[in-house]
Amino acid sequence: MFSALANPARFMAFSRWAAPILGVIAVGLIGAGLWLGLNAPPDYQQGETVKIMFIHVPAAWVAMLAYACLGGASFISLVFRHALADAAAKAAAPLGAAFTGVALVTGSLWGRPMWGAWWVWGDARLVSVLVLFLLFVGYMALRASIEDEAKSARAAEILALVGLINLPIIKFSVEWWNTLHQGESIMRAGGPTLAPAYLTPLLLAGAGYSAAFGALWLERIRAEVWRRRATSLALRAALA
Amino acid sequence: MSVLAVLVRRELSLAWTRGGGALLAVGFFVAAAVMLPLALGPAPERLAAVSGGVTWVVLSLASLLSLDRMFERDFDDGALDLLALGPLPLEIVAAVKCLAQWTVSGAPLAIAAPVVAVGLGGPVALAPMILVVAGLGGLSFAFLGGTGAALALASHRGGLLIALVVLPLLTPPVIFGGAAIANFGSGLPWSAALCLLAAYAFACVALTPFSMAGACRNAQS
Repeated sequence: MFSALANPARFMAFSRWAAPILGVIAVGLIGAGLWLGLNAPPDYQQGETVKIMFIHVPAAWVAMLAYACLGGASFISLVFRHALADAAAKAAAPLGAAFTGVALVTGSLWGRPMWGAWWVWGDARLVSVLVLFLLFVGYMALRASIEDEAKSARAAEILALVGLINLPIIKFSVEWWNTLHQGESIMRAGGPTLAPAYLTPLLLAGAGYSAAFGALWLERIRAEVWRRRATSLALRAALA
Repeated sequence: MSVLAVLVRRELSLAWTRGGGALLAVGFFVAAAVMLPLALGPAPERLAAVSGGVTWVVLSLASLLSLDRMFERDFDDGALDLLALGPLPLEIVAAVKCLAQWTVSGAPLAIAAPVVAVGLGGPVALAPMILVVAGLGGLSFAFLGGTGAALALASHRGGLLIALVVLPLLTPPVIFGGAAIANFGSGLPWSAALCLLAAYAFACVALTPFSMAGACRNAQS
């Protein structure tokens, strides 16, 4: 399926419809998730603040998903030298930074009433999401500072793959540090410990965030393809 | 003399003369550490509590200093093209460059680190652990830093860009090294943190030469 989409013309035809459809799905799922989530009963320990979870946790999931997409696209671009994969990697970085930013801000808003502080350094996951944010920023800075587009693409790919090593360490740091943060409550042996009243809206919002990422990603790749076409047309006009 | 030995000698002497060599990194390290009591106040117990960690983080910053000249000079004067055409693969050349960087700046920093930590009021018993952590951590700083330096070659604006690209990658060794120093100081088990630091450093030595060679070829193309 993906190899068929490697053809830019076919990709543009596909994404023209896929992006708005994914966007509508995202609005529906996030709306349903937030509706259910905001109407869920308050937690016996965390009170109403537990509802920040439905915005915070999916953003952190999608931030990691975005880096996985960035790494995957960079790998394909590096190995197969495919221009569309490079456009996909370039388009994923600012989205990933934005979702990481949402996760950091909402986590900090949740931490204020819960921990009594805007930021708690003893928490491994908060810190590793911050590192993920810095990785996205470093990637974008490297991309922006090399003028030659081909060279900038290749250097950014190498950096993305080096940074991909950091993703498993983010997961690992949760295990390694015994911290203040809530332990894993969804992905763990013995099934989720979250009550269904929270789990359903959380999963709905997670699916909605992923669809929103997909829609925005496709839209940004389309914009990048148009930008390249415009650049090459302008170049051709200047040479003629 | 084998090609490798010639290359090692060349890189060592270049690293030694490049931008003041060891003097620059160690000088910055000591000067930055001197700023700390001036900023925090002279209370000995407060300084002693942070001495190990501060030494470690200032050391990681000091090892970023001379990175931008690692590949740039050879790239500018064409020596990197000759090295790429030479009998040794670029991966080996990059690894030798990083080892030279470590020998000239990482190892002197590692020797200076216990002195700085004790000077800030840290316990003398901590000194051997700081030496080992700084040596191992410096190895990963040199190889990851080399990756950043090679990636920044195509941009012609080294310095800050390298620091921005490399610093997030340095978090795991900084965490492991910091944990090893802190646990050793408070009598907790420290071997796991040290083993993780060593594993990370050796993984950098094994893997980053490929990314450095790729980045150099990209800049040359």
